Amino acid sequence: MSEKNSAVADWLRQHLPKLVLSPSFAITIFFVYGFILYTAFISMTKSKMLPNLSKFVGFENYPKLWKTLNWQVALDNMLVFGFLYIVICGVLGLFLAILLDQKIRAEGFLRTTYLYPMALSFIVTGTAWKWFLNPGLGLEKSMHAWGFESFKFDWLINPDMAIYTIVIAGVWQSSGFVMAMFLAGLRGIDSEQLKAAQLDGASTFQTYWRIIIPQLRAVYLSAFVVLAHMAIKSYDLVVALTGGGPGRATEMPATFMYSYTFTRNQMGIGAASAMIMLFTIAAIIVPYLYAETREKQDG
Amino acid sequence: MAEMIRYDDSGARFWRVALYTTLIVFAVFYLLPLFVMLVTSFKSLDEIRQGNMLALPVQWTIEPWLKAWGTACVGLTCEGIHGYFWNSIKMVVPAVTISTILGALNGYVLTKWRFRGHKWVFALMLFGCFIPFQIVLIPMSQVLGKLGIAGDTAGLVLVHVTYGIGFSTLFFRNYYEAFPNELVKAAMIDGAGFFRIFWRIMLPSSGPIIVVTVIWQFTNIWNDFLFGASFAAGEGAPMTVALNNLVNSSTGVKEYNVHMAAAVIAAFPTLLVYVVAGRYFVRGLMAGSVKG
Repeated sequence: MSEKNSAVADWLRQHLPKLVLSPSFAITIFFVYGFILYTAFISMTKSKMLPNLSKFVGFENYPKLWKTLNWQVALDNMLVFGFLYIVICGVLGLFLAILLDQKIRAEGFLRTTYLYPMALSFIVTGTAWKWFLNPGLGLEKSMHAWGFESFKFDWLINPDMAIYTIVIAGVWQSSGFVMAMFLAGLRGIDSEQLKAAQLDGASTFQTYWRIIIPQLRAVYLSAFVVLAHMAIKSYDLVVALTGGGPGRATEMPATFMYSYTFTRNQMGIGAASAMIMLFTIAAIIVPYLYAETREKQDG
Repeated sequence: MAEMIRYDDSGARFWRVALYTTLIVFAVFYLLPLFVMLVTSFKSLDEIRQGNMLALPVQWTIEPWLKAWGTACVGLTCEGIHGYFWNSIKMVVPAVTISTILGALNGYVLTKWRFRGHKWVFALMLFGCFIPFQIVLIPMSQVLGKLGIAGDTAGLVLVHVTYGIGFSTLFFRNYYEAFPNELVKAAMIDGAGFFRIFWRIMLPSSGPIIVVTVIWQFTNIWNDFLFGASFAAGEGAPMTVALNNLVNSSTGVKEYNVHMAAAVIAAFPTLLVYVVAGRYFVRGLMAGSVKG
């Protein structure tokens, strides 16, 4: 008996690390990969209000999704929002990081000020900007009160412009974070090189343009991946700021998926749109993770 | 000092002034919405309608705050947002605790007790951090229904732990990677076991990464909206969902002052964490984005 006990104890000791890891791994396999497969299957069925596994239709939902006007609008909006959001956050973040890198007094205070929106929920950000941009009572009224009588700012209720209010609020929330990434990159640059350049008579502008900015390549990539990822997932901000409206002017893939799945009883179509979102993000994230982790693990 | 002297000529001084002006303009841009939220929350509705959004209140009032906390109508009930605030607390505390503990253990196994295929296990968990959560909404609502915890705080705890362990594992794994293997090996030779080494050697030096992970998880879970809106309706909803319901409900007079007070209350816990431990917050952001 005791021999058998010690054999069990040995086995336990040997496999304890794997046993400790296994619940988390099992959770991941089930709740991430199992769920992805399940959603993939739902996207190939005629599910309406509830999942209906018996009505298999193959890939029929995907061309149908592509012909849905709301989805086309959502994709267009995604492109406009994603492009502007990424470019403006990137340019503004780099610009602010370079300014802050000039031996600024109160740098800590300014950095904290630029970055704090990142700690807020998108719902709070959306609520704040919705009020700030309120056509009747917000910015417009303040400008009138200061004598700019003809100032007009109705983007929130203007179907052609509403998408840009989401860009503004998104940039407000995330640009400070990009600034922090670039600042960390700038601080990591070898100062000897900069001194050498300055001794050669290069101006500050030239030093940045020719030497520093090209060296931040890794940061551009990281910033792009993070921002693209946030843009594709963006749901909360749209809901809080415009609710997808006016009309469907600010519909995004994330809001499309939610409404088709849970309120319009088109679960098959909703699942298909979720799959498209997954593939888009995977196309960006997987190569990035692969490159990042491989570099690390070679050592 | 050399630089100070260089800035004395007027051209450089001009650039210096322009530099600070630009920085201050941007500081105003970032602070303005918060400022407007705060001043609006201390004004009466009449003053909001007549006055300037950017002006300080003529007559300060805390009425909107009391109303937001205790009597404002969210959905069908008119008891303010305090119940939802506690819902969020009840959701955040267990979810953060459990996901951090699991992350620490996972990171420890994945660096100090490696086995064949550990890279694959980690890669699979890591990818799970980045999926768009829309992909899990349909099956998750079914599973929560089957477990009988749909619309409940317990359900949200399960969801947040599930999708939080990827990041907490990532944080601890990268941190423990740099922890000297020699110390662990020496302890093994002395006969210390798996948990003893974790408890006595790894944990005592894990302070910073625990803070980073707790802050990261706390911020993400507190600020979550998608899961809250999908899986917790009515009374069980977390703060973000209640705020959205309060602000975007179409009935009655829009009480902007109450909305702003509620928004500040919703933002308060994460802002507090940011102000108190901003350094760790930034470190978490970096670790969560710049992998490796």
